[in-house]
Amino acid sequence: MSEAVVTMNNISYAYEHKKVLDHVNFEIPRGAFMGLVGPNGGGKTTLIKLILGLIKPDEGDIQLLHEPINKFNQWNKIGFVSQKANSFNRGFPATVYEVVSMGLTAKVGYLRFFNKTHKAKIRQAIDQVGMLDYVNENIGNLSGGQQQRIFIARALVNDPELLILDEPTVGVDFENVKRFYELLHQLNEQRNITLLLVTHDTGTMTEHATDIVCLNKQLHFHGDPKAYAALSEKDFSKFYGHPVNLVIHDH
Amino acid sequence: MLADFFEYDFLRHTFLTGILIGLIAPLLGTFIVVRRLSLIADALSHVTLAGIAFGLFLDKKFAIAWITPFYGGMIFSVIGSILIEKLRGVYKAFQELAIPIILSGGVGLSVIFISLADGFNTDLFNYLFGSVSAVSRNDFFTILGISIFILIVIGLFYKELFTLSFDEEHATISGIHAKRIHLLFIILTALVIAASIRIVGVLLVSALMTLPVAASMQLAKGFKQMMFLSVAFGELAVIGGLISGYYLSIPPGGTIVMISILILLLSIGYKRLSVTSKKRRTAHEHA
Repeated sequence: MSEAVVTMNNISYAYEHKKVLDHVNFEIPRGAFMGLVGPNGGGKTTLIKLILGLIKPDEGDIQLLHEPINKFNQWNKIGFVSQKANSFNRGFPATVYEVVSMGLTAKVGYLRFFNKTHKAKIRQAIDQVGMLDYVNENIGNLSGGQQQRIFIARALVNDPELLILDEPTVGVDFENVKRFYELLHQLNEQRNITLLLVTHDTGTMTEHATDIVCLNKQLHFHGDPKAYAALSEKDFSKFYGHPVNLVIHDH
Repeated sequence: MLADFFEYDFLRHTFLTGILIGLIAPLLGTFIVVRRLSLIADALSHVTLAGIAFGLFLDKKFAIAWITPFYGGMIFSVIGSILIEKLRGVYKAFQELAIPIILSGGVGLSVIFISLADGFNTDLFNYLFGSVSAVSRNDFFTILGISIFILIVIGLFYKELFTLSFDEEHATISGIHAKRIHLLFIILTALVIAASIRIVGVLLVSALMTLPVAASMQLAKGFKQMMFLSVAFGELAVIGGLISGYYLSIPPGGTIVMISILILLLSIGYKRLSVTSKKRRTAHEHA
């Protein structure tokens, strides 16, 4: 069995008295491109917050890169592109270079300045997402898809081992979503970055993911895209908690 | 025109202090504006007024001269900034509530201390609207110290302040101590306000922190460029405002703010013109 980047053992979490995660066990294998799907309120964002150490589980334990989360301090190895990334203040006067440089702020540390290596790294990350032509452009002037690439570059600048993306394609048009997935695929294949992608867009995701996890308070499914495609309406209805009619379409 | 400012000691101190605050107020103002905290400067300036009134009251009623109105204002401003931070923590979902609470508290205290100190006098008028003749040698050196401190801290924590201003959630996840940096930032704001009051006055200090930034926002590409432009506009307004205020016998707070507004209007006009001509050029190329 391949090495796990994240291990969650018997995780439960409740907001006040409302349980959102109920004894969840799962692992993210190194090198996986994992799609995390589930209904709204099913605990997807909570799961991510737990992995990022923003909240602590009521029960169970989490290991990141083989270390218990309470002792883990290599946060720069975990990149995060939030759902909010595309709802930032578009009037904020920051160039693409400046936004990507923020990814290095914590790694460089207090009372230290960016050196030549850091500056080269920033340009390299922008190049990786194919946005080097826009390096001095204000981020507010870019399209939604381009902005999302910049936020990925901000995460990539730290050479993360795990990249977590929370519904990154919301508000991005179909063509750009396609390009976006191609970029993720490339990062996963060529740079061996483990990906955890929360999405409602199961169509495009299943073309690229190696693992799919369905979460609705409990883990209902964990398998490869083939096994996911073989799930029946009955399985989905059980998983979503209400009757589901499957519609297969090209987009 | 500038001759008087170099001939007389008090004018020289005012002029040099003006240059210092023309630098630090818009510099910190860039962070304040992008974080949508412009009103914090107003709240803190009113708390500073309470401190100034407290200093005047101590001096008049008890002849305690070691807490001068200037130092009183600075102490109150810093305490006010810490209280704003605490209140923002109490009202997490309505953080802006901290501003009217502290602002009204500041005004309330000011009214009490001003009446206890037997009402308005010329000195208080200078604190409200600024003065070209109110900066003593001591004040100048204190403001110089504050300015150097602020420049060093902004230089050292620039990347953290910038990252926090753009995306607080991302900054926190990546391991930046958001609360500590924010506290440091708000204390710096309190110090800048206290330092600027001698020249622009309580009622107009927030304008010097926000108007040059509003103008540069129209023109700048990127954050650093916006910072440099804000400082350039701030210096232009302060120097122009001090000279015109002196020759027209008007408190410089008024002239500095009006020059800042003029710069703002010009930058808005310039932006509109350049956008329109760009559109025309594009239309012409497509035709």
